[in-house]
Amino acid sequence: MALLQLERICAQYPGASQPVLADINLSLGPEQLLVALGPSGSGKTSLLNLIAGFVTPSSGRITLDGVAVNGPGAERGVVFQDDALLPWQDVLANVAFGLELAGVARAEREARAREMLALVDLVGFEHRRIWQLSGGQRQRVGLARALAADPSVLLMDEPFGALDAFTREHMQELLLQVWRRTAKPVFLITHDIEEAVFLATDLILLTPNPGRVAAHLKLDFGQRYSAGESARAIKSDPRFIETREHVLSSVFSQRTREQRA
Amino acid sequence: MSGYELTSTAKPDKVTPQVSAPRVYLSTRAISVVTLAVLLTTWWAVTAAGWIEPLFLPPPSDVLEKGWLLATKGYMDSTLWQHLGASLQRIGIALGAAILTAIPVGIAIGHNRIARGIFDPLIEFYRPIPPLAYLPLIVIWFGIGEFSKVLLIYLAIFAPIAIATATGVRTVDPTKLRAAQSLGATRWQLIRHVILPSALPDILIGIRIGLGVGWSTLVAAELIAATSGLGFMVQSAAQFLVTDVVVLGILVIAVIAFAMELSLRALQRRLVPWHGQSH
Repeated sequence: MALLQLERICAQYPGASQPVLADINLSLGPEQLLVALGPSGSGKTSLLNLIAGFVTPSSGRITLDGVAVNGPGAERGVVFQDDALLPWQDVLANVAFGLELAGVARAEREARAREMLALVDLVGFEHRRIWQLSGGQRQRVGLARALAADPSVLLMDEPFGALDAFTREHMQELLLQVWRRTAKPVFLITHDIEEAVFLATDLILLTPNPGRVAAHLKLDFGQRYSAGESARAIKSDPRFIETREHVLSSVFSQRTREQRA
Repeated sequence: MSGYELTSTAKPDKVTPQVSAPRVYLSTRAISVVTLAVLLTTWWAVTAAGWIEPLFLPPPSDVLEKGWLLATKGYMDSTLWQHLGASLQRIGIALGAAILTAIPVGIAIGHNRIARGIFDPLIEFYRPIPPLAYLPLIVIWFGIGEFSKVLLIYLAIFAPIAIATATGVRTVDPTKLRAAQSLGATRWQLIRHVILPSALPDILIGIRIGLGVGWSTLVAAELIAATSGLGFMVQSAAQFLVTDVVVLGILVIAVIAFAMELSLRALQRRLVPWHGQSH
């Protein structure tokens, strides 16, 4: 099973006086949904870019199943905030794109793409054009596209950040269902505290200047949803509210400490 | 925006009394047609009334009649179709060669620092020179044969296509590139599946501009050094003051240019339907 490990990761942009990320140690394995939560500037996106291989760390090691990460690759699927779909392809071709790049024959890749569309509730949308889709539908196509290439881990860069509240809740539930069914480790970054607490099995709090892991919480609300409890029941559970407030207050205490320093 | 306006005007909730008198609605296209009709009528009227000598402006009927004669019998040893064919063949070969070479060069300029260093100064040096200014040099080097004319038009078309392609390549959405990379795309797959389609709207604009420049260059070149082609036909007719052939030639040149522009616009709608869509 897939195991992603980050050891003593530091990252610095050329010309910057302070590193964006300092001494990050993380591991992400099967059955885990790791959520990185933090204010803007805390290096969330940099962290995801490092794991995806879009940028290289200035020191430290990232390995996936023992193999060092060196540049982007199909074994680490990425879902972007703005969908990054290709408008010259229809929905089906977009989902099958990764398999097309891998040289999979048309019939086979389209069959696989149809399965993925079914997984994200988009049956019947195969031949729609990208610009005919709503924001939530595009994100679902983006998710299906990343899954169709059968990556070992799934990286999600604020995937629901641009969606309205209703669609976002729906997408969170969909993500939990997909995560449950595919059993892939997921790394997701967000600045939405409720989203983070609801989805995460592991929640890390990032603080800025330089980006560090300030806290690491183990949560089980997402698993409770997967076990059949309703999202509303979980989110109105006193324990959920308590956790949310706890996370919120630690984000605020980090910020005031930041301002005093 | 416009969709909302359309539905709101299509289904009025309450009927408001019309205050202003009903006005005749003319579409933009209808206005254009009226303009052309007025122009033609004026042409016909001034020539029919005898206000202008036919030597300076022959009546439309004469031009039409001459057109029929040219199409069937010919002028200067060849028919109108042969002149037209000669011109179209030249621009066709030049355009084909320009598309085949300028798009790879443009991709290289937009994608690769070294290629940009090599090609950018060359293109920027010769692009602002009017092609007719270096026609004499081309004639000295290659004579007045077909090759010289095709080369001249090729050079005129090459620069706009290469520059537009490079612009298109440079403005590719970096997230789309990253998305493709994280799906396992190699360097060539990135060019083939992401960069080229992203740049296609710009490439088509470059071809439109290039074709316009190429057509004017072609006709000008034929005016100077040719024994066939529409430009040659107009030029030789002018030397014998055969004004109706001159007018006819100009009209045919205009119609071809217009047809090329329209077909490229149609091609644009067909090939890049996503262009201009918010996505």
